[in-house]
Amino acid sequence: MVDVTSTRIGGEPGRPDPADWRRYFSFSTDHKVIGIQYLVTGFFVFLLAGLFAMIMRAELLTPASDLVDRALYNSLFTMHGTLMIFGWIFPALAGLSNYFVPLMIGARDMAFPRLNAISFWLLPPAGLILLFSFFVPGGTAQAGWWSYPPISLENPSGFWLNGQALWILGVAVYGVSSILAAVNFVVTIVWMRAPGMSFFRMPIFVWTTLTAQIIQLFGVPAVTAAVVLLFFDLTANTGFYNPARGGNPVIYQHLFWFYSHPAVYVMILPTFGVVSEVLPVFARKPLFGYKTVAISSVLICVLSFFVWAHHMFTSGTPDWMRMFFMITSMAIAVPTGIKIFAWTATIWGGKLRLTAAMHFGIGFVATFLFAGITGIMLAAVPIDIHVSNTYFVVGHFHYVAFGGSVTGIYAAIYYWFPKMTGRMLNENWGKIHFWLNFIGLNLLFVPMHFLGLMGMVRRISSYDPQFQPLNVVSSIGGFLLGVSTLPFLFNVIFSWTQGKKAGSNPWRALGLEWTTTSPPPVENFAEIPVVTGPPYAYGQTESPPLSESPGQP
Amino acid sequence: MTIKQNLTIAVLVVLDALASYWVGQTSQSWLPPQAAAEAILVDDLFRFLVTIAAFIFFGIEGTLLYCYFAFSAAKGDFSDAEPVEGNIQLEIAWTVIPVVLVIWIGAYSFDVYRQMNILGPMQVVHLHLPAGVEPAYAATPEAGNPPDEVIEVEARQAAWSFRYPAASQVTSGELHLPAGKRVRLAMRSADVLHGFYVPDFRIKQDIIPGRTIDLSFTPIRPGRYRLYDSQFSGTYFATMTADVYVDTPQAYRQWLVRAGAGQVPAPVPPASKIAEPSKVLNSGWPTVGPSPRQPEGR
Repeated sequence: MVDVTSTRIGGEPGRPDPADWRRYFSFSTDHKVIGIQYLVTGFFVFLLAGLFAMIMRAELLTPASDLVDRALYNSLFTMHGTLMIFGWIFPALAGLSNYFVPLMIGARDMAFPRLNAISFWLLPPAGLILLFSFFVPGGTAQAGWWSYPPISLENPSGFWLNGQALWILGVAVYGVSSILAAVNFVVTIVWMRAPGMSFFRMPIFVWTTLTAQIIQLFGVPAVTAAVVLLFFDLTANTGFYNPARGGNPVIYQHLFWFYSHPAVYVMILPTFGVVSEVLPVFARKPLFGYKTVAISSVLICVLSFFVWAHHMFTSGTPDWMRMFFMITSMAIAVPTGIKIFAWTATIWGGKLRLTAAMHFGIGFVATFLFAGITGIMLAAVPIDIHVSNTYFVVGHFHYVAFGGSVTGIYAAIYYWFPKMTGRMLNENWGKIHFWLNFIGLNLLFVPMHFLGLMGMVRRISSYDPQFQPLNVVSSIGGFLLGVSTLPFLFNVIFSWTQGKKAGSNPWRALGLEWTTTSPPPVENFAEIPVVTGPPYAYGQTESPPLSESPGQP
Repeated sequence: MTIKQNLTIAVLVVLDALASYWVGQTSQSWLPPQAAAEAILVDDLFRFLVTIAAFIFFGIEGTLLYCYFAFSAAKGDFSDAEPVEGNIQLEIAWTVIPVVLVIWIGAYSFDVYRQMNILGPMQVVHLHLPAGVEPAYAATPEAGNPPDEVIEVEARQAAWSFRYPAASQVTSGELHLPAGKRVRLAMRSADVLHGFYVPDFRIKQDIIPGRTIDLSFTPIRPGRYRLYDSQFSGTYFATMTADVYVDTPQAYRQWLVRAGAGQVPAPVPPASKIAEPSKVLNSGWPTVGPSPRQPEGR
């Protein structure tokens, strides 16, 4: 546990000066340094895996397979999925939680700072292992991010050092990192809350981090075990899954989805939290139905462990299983719906400050709603049988992962950047970024739903000519989305060094993270704060005064 | 609320309902032709779901858009809004109504699924049983009639082949089916997971190596359709397609006779099917190419 006396604040000899950029390349145990390490590392992976996606979209401009060879195409979608999930969305969210959870609950650091640093420093090797597989004889893994056996056991190069083995190794290291981080988050939130910070005074972002990390804690071991057994099948000729050796490939699917469906909630819950922070601040209203929003996060967490087989409706699952998982999958729409209604009611009648962060916040609700609706359709077994493994699923998933998670991450960065760096992002460029992003993602992912309904199967590099027009639209959206990262990137780089000074609370937000300086000192607070009220008391308590350089729109 | 506000809300709800009804009716045009009896059931369910989805979608997106424009704070206004913390009635409503909706959608989906099973059990898996033991299929109660036509399907990397046991062991690379009759496909995989998917039939079933998987349905609309492999199966996955013909029963019988006499094209060997265009970027990685390998376990 961290020492909670206030004698160690700042300038302690063992700790580097907070203003020194070199600490970001060190084994720092400061949760704020680690948070930024996570975010920046994740963003690099995002750009790289996004580039892979753009190559795929370029290939899909024409029905023929004429840009990259088929093995490389298969490699690109496999690495795109794996890196985006394990190398970008998880780390970016872990970064945000790392930076802000201790601040928001009034703690000086995470419960286990050294473990925290280890969790982060496992990521670069995992990513490098995956990227290194581009250079081994058989190339990278090519069986998709699910790596279903027996196709994942084929190993065409015949070499012991092959892409699939490296994929398993990389994913296992990511898995260990996630488990360590999950332990840390859960312990921190349960034990290190400031006096007065009862569970029902915690900001929703803390609730959603807690529930997401509980999923990690129970789920990641399942997928890690699943891929370890896959590794034995691949390299030691065991027969856990390999039907040629008496194994059962469907068991892998169960183990994989037992975690990998809840994983979607790990990717979306913290962004639910972000939006629940952003909307009240910029609507100057309390979060509508705070308790139901908090409790619905817990419901989502519990239910998420009972829906996995909806990924397997066409896998030869028995009838009762199809029906059971259909009902549970639909049921999870209820707590999710509660949140969407609550956010809408939060901005209703508000006094909206339409900042870039608020744009991303409202944009999140707008796009995530669509993901939720198509999710219900996918839960209905008869519909799923038609659209399973088609572009409908790809479109749906990307509305969750991009329209939801990535949009939420952007909202968080626009909202918390002043706290993390002490400087404001440029609002106009932020709004340009929002609109490019919003138009790009809809142009990219809406056509995919129609392609799926028409019957276009996912993971193909050549297709029948009737699918071309919608694919061209989709690709244009994809390139636009690629371009949309540029204003963001330049805005961040420029503002970090040259931006307007933010002051400690530019948005006049409530919440403990805004009561300390920007960026906060090592160990966060001069004195541990005492919490006396609810988290979103806008209009009820005196709002914080306008600071010296207001971040108003 | 004033009468005027209530009226406005009522008008908006009616408009939303009309728009959703229209979208629901349009949804049929997003789908391929209904070439099997199952497709009609699935499409009815889809139309129902799209109508409800559109109602919720327009309702919430409309509200968000309204807020975006109507509640934007004036420049220089730093005041807070009225602190509404919640509304128990509203919160109960938006919990209970979705619960009812979910039960309704679930019950309807279940009913459609049951009807698809009566038309022909969607799929029956022969579990791992030692050779010679009667497969589980025999014990499965069948709600409908026994199938009129049984066809054996073999999937192997990048190729499909179909065998017609009823017609002196005809084997073909294209699938012919009689319209209006219930067919049962007995599907096996020679190598990895595959998926049998004909969008126009709205049915899809994974084929798991080492098992025989039965899939029953009733094609109804004569024509030529496409069969796709729906479960990723290797480097040449995208090329693993075949033509599916739904014939009138008469044409189907004639085709079987001609096929029996060797007058139809034989199954195409997978490797020769793939004439690959040149690529801009080549990885040079070794692949498991499509090859006429012998199936396992036969």
